[in-house]
Amino acid sequence: MTINATTIAPAQLLAEATRLKNEGFRFVTMSSVELDQTNMEILYHFDRDLVLTNLRVPVEKGGKLPSLSGLLFGAFLVENEIRDQFAITFDGLVLDYQGKLYSETAQTAASSPFCKYHVKAEPSPAPDSQTSNQEGK
Amino acid sequence: MARTVIPFGPQHPVLPEPIHLSLVVEDEKVVEALPTLGYVHRGLEMLAVKRDYNQMIQIVERVCGICSMIHSLCYCQGIEEMMGIQAPRRARMLRVVWSELHRLHSHLLWLGLFADSFGFESLFMQLWKIRERIMDVNESTTGNRVIVSVNVIGGVRADLDEAQIRWIKDTLIEVEASIRSLQSTIMNDATVCKRTRGIGVLTQQAAYDLGAAGPMLRGSGVAQDMRQLKYAGFDELNFEPVVETAGDCWARSTVRFRESLQSIDLVRQALDKLEPGDLAVKVKGKPEGEVITRVEQPRGECLYYLKGNGTNNLERVRIRTPTFANIPPLAAILPGLDFADVPVVVLSIDPCISCTER
Repeated sequence: MTINATTIAPAQLLAEATRLKNEGFRFVTMSSVELDQTNMEILYHFDRDLVLTNLRVPVEKGGKLPSLSGLLFGAFLVENEIRDQFAITFDGLVLDYQGKLYSETAQTAASSPFCKYHVKAEPSPAPDSQTSNQEGK
Repeated sequence: MARTVIPFGPQHPVLPEPIHLSLVVEDEKVVEALPTLGYVHRGLEMLAVKRDYNQMIQIVERVCGICSMIHSLCYCQGIEEMMGIQAPRRARMLRVVWSELHRLHSHLLWLGLFADSFGFESLFMQLWKIRERIMDVNESTTGNRVIVSVNVIGGVRADLDEAQIRWIKDTLIEVEASIRSLQSTIMNDATVCKRTRGIGVLTQQAAYDLGAAGPMLRGSGVAQDMRQLKYAGFDELNFEPVVETAGDCWARSTVRFRESLQSIDLVRQALDKLEPGDLAVKVKGKPEGEVITRVEQPRGECLYYLKGNGTNNLERVRIRTPTFANIPPLAAILPGLDFADVPVVVLSIDPCISCTER
């Protein structure tokens, strides 16, 4: 079983989202899905009259996608969450928490239980820098 | 005029759970609002790859206590769809009963908190007193007051006998009378109207464009409710979404008040349609593929994306809860408000932060 989703390239995303908005679709959310060690896909869910339309956008881990938040303000929160948890960055994010939506520095995030963080902390001159290069998983 | 940044939360008398808002004010007017999360983030989605798909039922129930039954309902429906099975009719009707009881006690809890937010203590106590009757029903029929844990893949694990059904119906008569006795206070009292009418207005177009959900969406005039998808036993019940058009705090409050009465009606309808039958079907195999499933929680639309690979562990459980959808609209309506109205408006979205952060 698979969901009904149209696969598009990242470059088509803004145009496709604009089209859906103009056709009366409501932005519901995005889902990030890991495919393998290097590849992910982001699913964009839109609703009209209780029927979901989904866009599937492939992206590499640590890659970049255009942000929908300028077009659909409601997207800013989920885009920040995906950046927090999967290190995908979004170009043009209107409210950018810089990877700290959940109030954690990269150092503490690396040790959080059950969180799938892939963000490696920047080298830090702080005394606790020995722990800052852990990859949380 | 000089701008001042005032922190609102994470600990605040009107907030049942922690969320922080940085409010930029000019004199008494809010000009910007920036939400900050992270105080109760638990990474529950990640547990899907560590626990088997049956154990995940107990985990999704703990995404949120107040609508725990509806979380597990959404999850179980998704797994059932993935495995090509359907819960028996009796189980689907029982799911309606417990999910509407959850909506009822959640709305009563919120209405009480809302009354408390503008200082109406006696109304708060009255509403929570009524709510206790529903908690008694939950406890008597499932063994637990809040996390009732009735859903399993393929059906439910608890049943109602004739005596319990009669007792629930009798209890609901009293609960309905108690709720109706507060109707004029909640909807017309001068104190309530002064603090809620015309405050925190979200227009119909803005609600739709910002992706609002639940009473936040319906209070702005959009007639959308996931129960229209006719999941569980809703396909056999008479149901129309409750809609108000003012888009203010009063409209959101009124939607929840009217939905409380509607939930009582839905429980009665479902109980009347209960027929003898199995509680669950046998489950064979392992979940494989991907599904999206949606239900209506007390706070609005909840979406689960599930991906299985034919093993005991799911590859991905993605949960979009209604408060997560309602935070952007909240951030959009706060600018322009008087600072004194912020607590009431924040509470009017019925924020569930443990749901939001998972």
